Amino acid sequence: MAEYRPAAPDQEAFLEELVAARLLVRTGVPGVYGRGGAFEDVRLRFDDLVARLAAPDGPEVLRFPPLLPRRQLESSGYLKSFPHLAGSIFAFEGDEAQALAQEERAARHEDWSEYQSQSDLVLTPAACYPVYPAVGARGPLPAGGVTVDAGGAYVFRHEPSGDPARLQMFHQRELVRIGEPETVEAWRDAWRDRALDLLRGLGLDADFDVATDPFFGRSGRMLAASQRQQALKFEIQVQIAGPEPTAVASFNYHQDHFAAAHGITLADGGVAHTACLGFGEERIVLALLRTHGLDPAGWPEDVRSRLWTSA
Amino acid sequence: MTDEIRQIISEHGRLAVDVASLSDDADLYQAGMTSHASVGLMLALEDAFEVEFPDAMLKRSVFESIAAIAEALETLQKQAA
Repeated sequence: MAEYRPAAPDQEAFLEELVAARLLVRTGVPGVYGRGGAFEDVRLRFDDLVARLAAPDGPEVLRFPPLLPRRQLESSGYLKSFPHLAGSIFAFEGDEAQALAQEERAARHEDWSEYQSQSDLVLTPAACYPVYPAVGARGPLPAGGVTVDAGGAYVFRHEPSGDPARLQMFHQRELVRIGEPETVEAWRDAWRDRALDLLRGLGLDADFDVATDPFFGRSGRMLAASQRQQALKFEIQVQIAGPEPTAVASFNYHQDHFAAAHGITLADGGVAHTACLGFGEERIVLALLRTHGLDPAGWPEDVRSRLWTSA
Repeated sequence: MTDEIRQIISEHGRLAVDVASLSDDADLYQAGMTSHASVGLMLALEDAFEVEFPDAMLKRSVFESIAAIAEALETLQKQAA
């Protein structure tokens, strides 16, 4: 079982307030919550705000379920970098006697994993993962590459925590740019600045910094040092609860990692580069609730008008 | 020592060029070594030279050339002696 990270006292208190206000609903598993209507309304309005901000880029809209073919995960290198965060789907493929035995153990809440077989599916670890193989399968990129609006999709991270801002399943609002290296890196940097303006415009005390992914193990420390030194990842952080600010958006330049893994080539045959950005939608809703109060109806008028007024 | 390092780089560095064509000071990352390949190289060097790179050495610059790797290994071997 993954190590449980307990909440800081103010994180636990914030979670209590959110549950009492019916914004979040406890399920009994840390990091997995139901959402009330008011919470979901803010999340969807933010999702729409990002779509409007991205519209001038003319992105292609692609949507995928929160499941990834297992082969795609295997090709992506995810199990090398983040084996501790992945979730894979197992299902029953036995006979009637085994079904009976499984049910008896399950009914007693004992271990029934021996009756389960690995399926062709894993849980999507990041909303952009299905985009790369889909684009790679089309053949060489058109001139100028492509920009994809991957939407706000559910993603899974196996990291149970008492912090309401560290969820095991949450919505990642992603945009992806695939093309020439200079184009892709410039797009990422421009969006970092755009996103900072967006979040500050919603009254959040947001700042960005160079960041690293939570790579696994000793080799992960080396990958993180390399990522930091090359400034491949930026995060925008906001104080929500706890001793440190929480990352609410990230801006990632993958160089040729995903393009090489999924055979994405430029119009001239060279290997493409990719970048993505992701907003953590639940974290942004939590940051707004923490900053402006638990009742969105009482939020400052300029914040409300940005979220609830269509362009 | 550099001959053995070169052999390990040829097996784990996944370079775009033949390691024999590189000087001891040549930049291995420029020669096509990825971050993931450098991790594989690091683990193979630990096995071959029976050392463990401390956290402070798990960074890009330590593995950027044959000379830099040799220097790091000599430092570790001296500490162990």
